[in-house]
Amino acid sequence: MIRKNAEGKHARYGMLIDLDRCDGCGACMVACAVENNIPPGRPGANARTGLNWIKVHRIETGGRPAFLPIMCQQCEDETPCVEVCPQNAVELDPATGVVGQIPQRCLGCRYCVTACPYHARVFNWGDPEWPAGMEKTLNPLVSPRMRGVVEKCNFCHGRWHAAREKAAADGSTGNGPVNYVPACVEACPAGAMAFGDLNDPDSALTRAVAAGEAFRLLDLLQTGPKTFYKTAFAAVRKGVAGERDA
Amino acid sequence: MTTALTPSMLLQRERELIRRGVDRCPLPQFLMWTAPWFALLVFGCYAAWLCLSQGLFHTNMDNQYAFGLWIFLDLAVIALGAGAFFTGFLLYVARKQEMKAVINSAVVIGLVCYSGAVAVLMVDVGQPLRAWFTFWHPNVHSMLTEVTFCITAYLTVLLIEYLPVALKNRKLCRVTRYAVFEYELHRLMVVFALLGAFLSFFHQGSLGGLYGVLRGRPFAFREGFGIWPSTFFLFIVSAAAVGPSFIALTTWITEKLSGHRLVEGRVYDTLARISGKILLVYVALKAADTLVWMNATAPARGFAARGFYETQPFGTWILLAEIGVFGLLPGWLLVSRRARASRAVLLCGAALACAGVALNRFVMTIQTLALPTLPFERPAQYWPSWQEAGTFLAVIAFGVLVYSFSFRYLTLFPQERELAFGGEKE
Repeated sequence: MIRKNAEGKHARYGMLIDLDRCDGCGACMVACAVENNIPPGRPGANARTGLNWIKVHRIETGGRPAFLPIMCQQCEDETPCVEVCPQNAVELDPATGVVGQIPQRCLGCRYCVTACPYHARVFNWGDPEWPAGMEKTLNPLVSPRMRGVVEKCNFCHGRWHAAREKAAADGSTGNGPVNYVPACVEACPAGAMAFGDLNDPDSALTRAVAAGEAFRLLDLLQTGPKTFYKTAFAAVRKGVAGERDA
Repeated sequence: MTTALTPSMLLQRERELIRRGVDRCPLPQFLMWTAPWFALLVFGCYAAWLCLSQGLFHTNMDNQYAFGLWIFLDLAVIALGAGAFFTGFLLYVARKQEMKAVINSAVVIGLVCYSGAVAVLMVDVGQPLRAWFTFWHPNVHSMLTEVTFCITAYLTVLLIEYLPVALKNRKLCRVTRYAVFEYELHRLMVVFALLGAFLSFFHQGSLGGLYGVLRGRPFAFREGFGIWPSTFFLFIVSAAAVGPSFIALTTWITEKLSGHRLVEGRVYDTLARISGKILLVYVALKAADTLVWMNATAPARGFAARGFYETQPFGTWILLAEIGVFGLLPGWLLVSRRARASRAVLLCGAALACAGVALNRFVMTIQTLALPTLPFERPAQYWPSWQEAGTFLAVIAFGVLVYSFSFRYLTLFPQERELAFGGEKE
C-alpha cells in the first residue's frame, strides 16, 4: 500500500523526449497499449475517440516534419485535472509525483478531460472489447477499465508497483524511489525517451533539465509539467511549443 | 356494485380537478396538445436509454470535445430557471408584492428547468450510479462539487416549494390533512425561498466558476476574487437578469395559448424593469471582465485574445452580439419606460435577454472546447448526434408537459380568476 505523505525521500518521476530522435514509428503507443491493457479502438473510432494514452503528432515546421509524442504531462503546480475532479478520482501522488486516476471512483463527468490543455485524458465511450483470444495477453498487473470512466498515462503504475515489490523483497523499506522504466521508454527504438527521478541530482534527466536544453509544452499556463522535450532546431521548438513558450 | 365509468363521467371527474372559477379547454383538446410532446418525450427517452445502456459512443462528443449539447442545455436552462429563485427573492426579501402573481409559475418553471438539467446530467456522465460518490468523496476544491451539492439541495427546495402549489389543487385540498399540511408548509415558504435564493446564488456562480478555473483553457480562464473567478459573479448576475425576463416570456406565451389574461400589466412592467436594470449591470461587468481578460489574463498565459476569434464561425461578431445585440439593446428596451410601454417591445427585449444568456452559455461551453490550446492543433469540430438532440428535445418536452399539466390543474396565476373570468380576488 502506498503510504502517502510518509516521511523520507520521495521521487518526482519525469520524462525527457528528444524530438530530434523521434521518427514517429508509434512503437511507444503500441507498447503502452499492451502494457496497460488498452483495448483496440471501437469500429469507427478515430484519434479523438480512441483510448491511446500516448498520441504521436506529426508537426510541420517548415521543411522538416517533427514527431511529438504527447501523453499525460504529469503536471504538479496547480494540476488542472486534480483540482476539478468532484470526487477525488484524480490524485497527485506525493510519493512519486505521478498524477493518478482512480477509475473505480470516476463518475465519468469528463470535467478533467475538459480541463487538460494537452488532451492527454481519454474517456471510455463504450465497453472495452478485445478480439477473441486476445484477452489472454492482458497484463495481470494492470486492471482493465470499464465503460464510462476516464483513463490516462500514469507512467506505468503497474511497473512501478512491481519494482516496489521487488525492492521490498530485496530488503528495501520506506517509500524511496525505485528504478523502473515505463513501457514506452523501453520500447522506443530510437532511444528518444528518457525517464528518471527529477529529485535525483545525478540523473541524466535532471542534468538535461538543469542545463536548459529542455522545455515544456504550454509552460506559460504554469501547470508545471514533469514531461520535458528537447530539440536542437529552433523551428521545431517554435512549432511545438509556440512562439511565446519557445 | 360498481358503476362503469362512462366517457362523460370521466370528463366530469376531470373537470372537478380544475380550479373553481376558471375555465380550461376540453380534455380531448388538451390531450391533443400534449400528444406530440409525449411522443417527443418517448423518442428522447429511447435516445437516452441507448446512451445509458450501451455507452456514450452514441454521442458525437470525443476526448477533445468532452462537453457538448447537453452541458450547454444544462447551463442555459439553469440560467433561465433562475426566475424561480429570483422571483422568490424579489417577493420575500425585496417585498415586491406584485411578484405574488407569478411566484407559483416561477416555481414550476424552476422545477422543470432544474429537474430536466439533472436528468440530462445523469445521461451525460459515464457512470450515473456513482453520482453519490461526490457526497462521499467530495473534492472541496472542485467547482463541480459545489455545483452538485447546491443543485441537489436546491432541487429538493424546489420540490418542497412545489408541494403547496400541488396540494392547492381543488380535489387534493378537500383532504383535510393535505390542506393542513399545505397551510403549514405555506407558512414556512419564506424560509425555503430564502434558502433557495442562497443556494441558487452559489450554484449559478459555481457553474460560471466551472469554466473560469480552467487554467488549461485560456479562452475561459479568468482571474478572480478569493477562490472564485470572475465568471462566478458574471453567471450569478446574468442569471438574475434573465430570470424575470423568462418568467415574463413564459407568462405571455401561456396567456396566448390559453387565451386568458393571467396577470396585470404592471407585473410585466416590474419584471421587465428589474430584468433590464440587472442586465445593464451585467453588461458593464462583462465588458470590464472582457477587457481585463484580453489585456492581462490571456496574454500572461501566452495567448493573444484576437487569436480566439480567428476560428470560424467564432469571430468577434459573437462577442459583439453578446454584449451589444443581446446585452445593451435588451437592457435599454427593458429599462426605458417608453420602450417597455409597448408589450411587443417589452417581450422582444425579454426574448433578446434570454437568447443572450443562452449565447453566453454556448460560448463558454462550445467555443471554449473548439479552440485549440497547443500551437499546432486545429480547431475542433462537433455536431451533436441524433441521440444527443433527442435527449435534448425530451427535456424540452418534459418541461412543456409538466408546465401544461400544472397550468391546467393548479393555481399558477392567482390573478387569473379575477382578470379573465371576473371572479373574486384571491
